[in-house]
Amino acid sequence: MATIQPIAGENEQHPDVALVERVRAGDVSAYDTLVRKYDRQIFRIAQHITQNREDAEDVMQDAFLKAYEKLDQFQGNSKFYTWLVRIAVNESLMRLRKRRTGKMVSIDEDIETDEGSVPRDLADWAPDPEQNYTQSELASILEKTIKGLPPGFKVVFELRDVQGLSTEDTAEALGLSVPAVKSRLLRARLQLRERLSRYFRKKKGSKQVGLKEVRKSDLL
Amino acid sequence: MTCSEFLALLDDLIDDSVTSEMRADLQEHLRGCEHCEVTLSTTRKTIEIYRSHEIYDMPAGLRERLHAAIMARCKKGC
Repeated sequence: MATIQPIAGENEQHPDVALVERVRAGDVSAYDTLVRKYDRQIFRIAQHITQNREDAEDVMQDAFLKAYEKLDQFQGNSKFYTWLVRIAVNESLMRLRKRRTGKMVSIDEDIETDEGSVPRDLADWAPDPEQNYTQSELASILEKTIKGLPPGFKVVFELRDVQGLSTEDTAEALGLSVPAVKSRLLRARLQLRERLSRYFRKKKGSKQVGLKEVRKSDLL
Repeated sequence: MTCSEFLALLDDLIDDSVTSEMRADLQEHLRGCEHCEVTLSTTRKTIEIYRSHEIYDMPAGLRERLHAAIMARCKKGC
């Protein structure tokens, strides 16, 4: 699947910057290229935060339109994608506030939970456990599992682990500190692991001869 | 190394940002601790599964609608 590639070198211009310059010069088709490059990722971020398909569609559209209108304010010192994510996160939070009739919602909330900070389910998983489910069953498990996490955890996990952004870029995109991103990422990973264990743990009586030796040597 | 100390370094280990000395310490702990071994392998698997199975597919037609909205906005003033 597509991941966000880091900038190749300090002095090389990121391809997005060239596209932004073309848009500024009046070439709307260059903006289409940026939209097609990032629309799926922005949609997923919006879906993670709003938990509502219609809202996510609106947020995606509003975020790209807003970014287009504000393109003159985009400074080349940040990456276009992190700038775009920031707009999308703000749009998502605004949408959520509307739904919750004005209640404050932030990417910082719900971080007091200790869930998952100490692993409790210590059963090993079956090898390639996802193969025990159909694609649609697996999609439903993965959606259901991540849905219960606080918004700040979900978005950090999505940006860092699914989309492959660096800790620093994730922090910039979300307006969080680097330690805050690290702390959320660890807890998101552990909570997801704990919850997925219910589905993926080895069934009693299944034969796993030889697996342990192979896997242990591959761990580090 | 205790399990709590191992856990505090779990992310650095997964993200491959530990020194070789630290890696040796972590490896030493793993040799004697099945719980941490399972935590490490299943956390890695968690990330791998989410990375290789995209959730929240974009609805058909959304991209076209967005394109049309941008074009409409553009005609008004760009």
